[in-house]
This record gives sequence, structure tokens and C-alpha cells, in this order.
Amino acid sequence: MTGPVQALSALGRWVLTQVSGVGFFTRFLGALLARSGIAVSRPRLVSQQVHFIGNYSLLIIIVSGMFVGFVLGLQGYYTLNRYGSEEALGLLVALSLVRELGPVVTALLFAGRAGTSLTAEIGLMKAGEQLAAMEVMAVDPMRRVLVPRFWGGIIAMPVLAAVFSMVGILGGWVVGVLLIGVDAGAFWSQMQNGVDVWNDVANGVLKSLVFGVTVTLVALYEGWQARATPEGVARATTRTVVVGSLAVLGLDFLLTALMFGN
Amino acid sequence: MSREKTDFWVGLFVLLGAAALVFLALRAGNLSSFSFAPTYTLTANFDNIGGLKARAPVKSAGVVVGRVGKISFDDKVFQAVVTLNLEEGYQFPKDSSASILTSGLLGEQYVGLSAGSEEENFADGSKIRYTQSAVVLEQLISQFLYGTAEKQGSTPPAN
Repeated sequence: MTGPVQALSALGRWVLTQVSGVGFFTRFLGALLARSGIAVSRPRLVSQQVHFIGNYSLLIIIVSGMFVGFVLGLQGYYTLNRYGSEEALGLLVALSLVRELGPVVTALLFAGRAGTSLTAEIGLMKAGEQLAAMEVMAVDPMRRVLVPRFWGGIIAMPVLAAVFSMVGILGGWVVGVLLIGVDAGAFWSQMQNGVDVWNDVANGVLKSLVFGVTVTLVALYEGWQARATPEGVARATTRTVVVGSLAVLGLDFLLTALMFGN
Repeated sequence: MSREKTDFWVGLFVLLGAAALVFLALRAGNLSSFSFAPTYTLTANFDNIGGLKARAPVKSAGVVVGRVGKISFDDKVFQAVVTLNLEEGYQFPKDSSASILTSGLLGEQYVGLSAGSEEENFADGSKIRYTQSAVVLEQLISQFLYGTAEKQGSTPPAN
């Protein structure tokens, strides 16, 4: 008799926890936005975070972008060659990078490279009671610690995605034009004919902006929520990557359906 | 790291992003083919525009002379109304005709303008009188099929 009742109450507890988790997440975002004034009054704090989040991620973004471009160039060439339309290689590489791969792969790398370090940093600050100490000193840790990281992530992510797409296109050019020998003029002119500045490039930038907000927010939230133990910080860091990546992939589907649906 | 040094590297980072965006817009995208030259507007009614899209090119003798602006439907005459934005440098006689053509067999559709012979040129906002609709392949095939069927039906049996 107690079995089903307990199962039911466990289910109810689980639903309540999830819903209040969503509520807290929203309140967390609201609290960050409400304290965002510090990003304007002390821009140095933000620029330090852009340096930490953005500049240090540049190498991995450039290297991955280059290899993604290489692979797109090779695979695209083999497929297009079957239909005798290898001139469209530039268009294929550019569209897949600008619309999808640039923002998405950058966001996944961003979650792994920058999101984890944000979560770990804040979680350890919490574990070491530095955040509590700030509060004792009448410094709002959310305002002083979280808001600059939030805006740093939002600024860094679109820049990284744009760099990724650019390097990827150049990588596709190296493989397609320099190594395989696709005609350079056709490569670029097909690309320019097919890639629209507003529909493709601007939507890609918008996507990367949304992903930047998502990943940074998830990373900060997990760090802020982490249990103040070594194990808690480790778990929070893992959750940043898992939740952040899943959120990016799910959002990407939604955004693609909205932007390129018709 | 000192503050000035951080600022320098952050500045470099942001500039790199801006350069990447410029590259995407100009080298990969079609911003360079955007012309910001002043344009004038013509309208044209078509029975059927096929797959014509806004911002499709308007070509004369194969040269892009403008872009399709707005496409709407007029429920008084049941025709499509297409607005063409032509570059001011290119003037066309008043009896020029517009037709919807396809580049290649499967390519995109565009509006072709062929010049007429009248002295006077189109003014801003005037309407192109002579238009030719897009060729819809299904209609063409069905016309052909009905045509053959009718021909066979009208000829007396050969026995």
C-alpha cells in the first residue's frame, strides 16, 4: 500500500524541485540584470573577464575552426564531386559554418573551456567562504563577482563565433582551392551569391549571442548553486558542461526553426 | 598582468572579432554587391510570379540593374504586384517590358527588363505595362498534353 503512495509523493517532490529550480534560475537572471549597472560604471571589471574568458579561449577556437573547415572542405568536395558541382564547395562551407557550426561548436567549446572555469572559480570562492566574506564587508558578491563574468561571457562569445566561422572558411579554402584545386573564383563567387548578410551572417551572430547568454548563465548559476564541498564543485562543473551543451543544442534547433523556417 | 596590458589584449580580441565579421560580410557574404546608389521605383503586375522572391535581382541584358522590392497581391485584378527598385543610373524607355525568367534550368528566378523604343523614360513610381509571367513547368506540360490529346481526338479514325 505504501509503495505507490511513496512513489507518487516522490514524483511530486521531484516536480516541485524542478519547477522551483526553473523559478530560481529566472530570478537569478533577473538579479544579474538588475545589478548590471556595474558593467557600465566599472568597465575594467568586464574587460578583465573578456580577457580571461575570450582571449584565453582564442587558441582552441582557432585550431578547432581550422580543422572543422578542413573536414568540411574534404567531405563537401567528395559529395559535391559526385554531382559535378564542386564549385558550390565555397557556398556549402560558408553556409554550414555561418549558420550552424560556427555558433554551435563555438558554444560547445565555450562551455567546456570557459564555462567550467567560471563554475569552478565561483564554486571554490563559495567553498572557501570568500563570497560570505564579501557580504560581511558589505560588498554584494553577485554584483562584484557574477555580473562582470556574465557580461564578459556575453561579449566574448559572438567574437569567438565570428572568428571560428572566418577561420573555418579559410580552412575550407585551403583544402578546397589550394590542395584539391577547386577554381578559386567560383569558390568565392558562389559563396558571395549564396550567403546573405542579414539572413545568414546576422542570424548566426544573433545565435551566438543567445548561446553566449545561455552558457554563461548556466555556468554562473551552477557555480552559485554548488554545494560548498570539493565534491559539490566537481559536480557543478560537470553539470555546467552537460546542461550548457544540451541547452545550446536544443536552443539551436528552436532558433533554426524560427530563423530559417520558411 | 597590468591593467593597460589587459586592456590592450582585450582591445585586440574585440578588433579581431570585428575583422572576422567584416570578412564574413564582405568576403563570404553579399554585402559588397549591395549598392547604396539611389534608386527609383517601378511597379509591374504579373499573372503569376512563380518562385520570385523579394531582393531577387532585376537584370537587363544580363546585368544587374536593380532589385525586387516588395511582392504583394492585388485582389481587385487578382494579379501579383511586384515593386522593382532600379538604380538611378539606369533609365529605361516607357514601353520596356518585364518578364520573370530563370537563370539556368534550376536556378533562381529574376526579373528581366528588355528595353522598348519610346523616347520618354520611366518616371519614379510608374507602372510597367508589358509584362510576361513566370513559366510554370506543370502548366506547360499539361498544355502540351491536352494539346496532343485534342489533336488526336479531332483527327478522324484512320480506318
